Amino acid sequence: MKLLTCLKQIPDRDTRYEINAAGTGIKTSDLTFEISECDEYSLEESLKLREEHGGEVAILTLGPQRAEKSIRKGLAMGADRAILVRDDEGKVTTPHAVAKVLAEVLKEEEYDLILTGTQSDDWSYAQTGVLLAELLGLPHATIVMEIRADPAQKKVKALREMESGWFQWVELPMPAVLTIQAGISQIRYASLKGIMQAKKKEIRNVELSDLNVDLSSVPEVEVLKVYFPVVEKKAEILQGSTAEVVEQLVEKLKKEAKVI
Amino acid sequence: MAAEVQAKLKGGEFLITASDPQDVFTPEDFTEEHQMIAQMAQQFMEREILPQCERIEDQDLDLTVELLRKAAAELDLLAIDVPQKYEGLGLDKPSSTIVAEKLSRVGSFAISYGAHCGIGTLPIVYFGTEEQKQQYLPKLAKGELLAAYALTEATSGSDALAAKSTAVLSEDKKSWVLNGEKLWITNAGFADLFIVFAKVDGKDFSAFIVERKFAGVQVGTEEKKMGIKGSSTCILLLENARVPVENLLGEKGKGHKIALNILNIGRYKLGAGCVGAAKAAIGDCLSYAGERQQFGRPIAEFGAIQEKLAEMAIRTWIAESMAYRTVGLIDARLREVDVDDPGQALKAIEEYAVECSIVKVWCTEMLDFVVDEAVQIFGGNGYSQEYPVERYYRDSRINRIFEGTNEINRLLITGMLLRRAKKGELALMQATEQIFSELTSFPEELDPEEKLAEEKRIVENAKKATLMVAGLASQKYGEALTDEQEVVMAAADMIMEVHGMESGLLRVLKIAQKGSKDLELYEKLIRCYIHDAIDKISLSGKKILGSVCEGDEQRTYQAALRKFCKHSLLNSISMRRNIAGALLKAQEYNL
Repeated sequence: MKLLTCLKQIPDRDTRYEINAAGTGIKTSDLTFEISECDEYSLEESLKLREEHGGEVAILTLGPQRAEKSIRKGLAMGADRAILVRDDEGKVTTPHAVAKVLAEVLKEEEYDLILTGTQSDDWSYAQTGVLLAELLGLPHATIVMEIRADPAQKKVKALREMESGWFQWVELPMPAVLTIQAGISQIRYASLKGIMQAKKKEIRNVELSDLNVDLSSVPEVEVLKVYFPVVEKKAEILQGSTAEVVEQLVEKLKKEAKVI
Repeated sequence: MAAEVQAKLKGGEFLITASDPQDVFTPEDFTEEHQMIAQMAQQFMEREILPQCERIEDQDLDLTVELLRKAAAELDLLAIDVPQKYEGLGLDKPSSTIVAEKLSRVGSFAISYGAHCGIGTLPIVYFGTEEQKQQYLPKLAKGELLAAYALTEATSGSDALAAKSTAVLSEDKKSWVLNGEKLWITNAGFADLFIVFAKVDGKDFSAFIVERKFAGVQVGTEEKKMGIKGSSTCILLLENARVPVENLLGEKGKGHKIALNILNIGRYKLGAGCVGAAKAAIGDCLSYAGERQQFGRPIAEFGAIQEKLAEMAIRTWIAESMAYRTVGLIDARLREVDVDDPGQALKAIEEYAVECSIVKVWCTEMLDFVVDEAVQIFGGNGYSQEYPVERYYRDSRINRIFEGTNEINRLLITGMLLRRAKKGELALMQATEQIFSELTSFPEELDPEEKLAEEKRIVENAKKATLMVAGLASQKYGEALTDEQEVVMAAADMIMEVHGMESGLLRVLKIAQKGSKDLELYEKLIRCYIHDAIDKISLSGKKILGSVCEGDEQRTYQAALRKFCKHSLLNSISMRRNIAGALLKAQEYNL
């Protein structure tokens, strides 16, 4: 099976972020970066599918040069090769634009399955995978927790997580796009052997400008303001007899908090 | 890929020669692979070891074995120092040192791992015959066999070569018959094979590969220890143990070479382990001090606590600089030799035996200081097993005792330097004479524009002070100096401080060359350390001078010592507050 996994590099989740001077994002100068969590699970699923059916796992990333470090980790975990679409200035931001760029690169690639994370840990749009499927004219399944592929029949079954503890099995013809949920398996370590082999594996750099994509038609999103949630401590002590207090409380829950 | 450093210095030569920052290996020189290895080992520690710490500490040895096997199967961690030819990875020395550092947070597991990979496996790597290597190394690399090292006996601890265990060739000449009792054997509870030292016919000190399943091999009950309680430590009993004749390791009568060299390798790794444990303790202190409120404020806001945090971090950083500088030298030397020739590889490591001892002593004492202060920062809670620092405190104490006590290592530091000088391998005497001839000269003015100019001068002078005092002691006692252990140990203290100062200073200078937004902080750190260390050197120097000379001679040398140890006063209180402030902001050791 030819498997293609999209990895996104995001700021380390354990970092203490600071808002940038313009107030439109976070300062990136002192940050360390890592692979977005869902994407790590999608890589793990790809590697498991390769173990089961043979074939190849390729990583596809859009990002600046520093993303190579995260890609290298993916290669150390066992992926065979990688493509990095270089966007050093961070021009491509919206899910639609990202999907368009990725779709363009994928024109040249062969694949049976494309796996992405359900969403990224930075912007959490949860759209890129779906848009990518649409642009490539492929079927897709989102929030996937388990995959059963049948390469001979060119079919794949996917278990989707739904609301309220419901699950759904769907069957799709391959090629297809699956967006993978986090926490569904145990992510493997990059072994020492894997780490030493990773530097010998290919990371093909593709310049954004060399791709035939026109992003002018893609609506842009302007970030107006980024801020930390305001921490507020408010306490109100209700006075009166128990019956009165209960009455006041119910009233407040209905009218102010609007929870009942 | 970071530039590799060159091994321009011979062992011990740092004391008489200045180094270029470019020739010093530092954590800032880690390659991308080193960084990935560090991350992977840290992940393994956080995901697999820390959550099970309590069970490990209750000495659930099945769990420890399971985790060791997992480390082998999923991460190849047990293959790290085994050559590729024998299904290992044969990675460079910084790689295995980084792993030792990252795993040290849970001392018990780190010791189990380290004993297997180091003293358990390396004797076969360096001294085994081709057959022995093929038979054992692949299984040791995969964790199918776990190893231990049996040297100490009831009456031979530091004096290891005085072992009483015996080996006698059987009548049919097919096996060795071993008898004796080995003490404090790490991993004994589960090890499948032991590197055992015994005297052939009661005289030729030799090493043997002894499998647990051999007839006559028995393991005693677990010792009740102060710390690293989760590791296994038992007596190994050999009662007419039958060991195949081909399991003699190395040459008959050359066991001391194995015993001493293998300990050497362990020492720098132990140093790095102490660095990792110190970082963990500091991390816990930073979050505790930020949360614990007294007098209506987090205790992190108090100068008393900030000073402790800063000093803990300063010493950890210096220790790290010393340990990785030494690993870098060893690794550079190993790159020059044929690593497939164990003799050459061993010689490359042996070259830096002095540095290995320095790193062992300095780093283990650094950690004892750090964990002691950690308990203090936690106050009453630090004395409770509810908090991790209680364990750090107990786990740290053994480090000053095993791998050669710090006293033995101090004697070795001075002793080995003098021996190298005598053999003509180190121009120590010439350097000392040069200093005696310079005693009356006046120092040049410092360039006020040059950064760290005073600290560079102090390091130079610290070397002169050390050489002068050690030279005088050597003149006075000659061969009998080895009997003056207090003098030898004080000289070792001076030598170690020189190594610490210089390793830290060179690292800061290298960081300055590369550029760093935290450069100012590093400059403060190194200035604080160097100005303190020169006072320590002065104290040790006075102790020696008081014993080796008197009258006018003493006054002359005391004046010279005073001149060499002169330094300006710093506002070290404010500098330490800055360092603590940066750490508290990051909430982790991130220097």
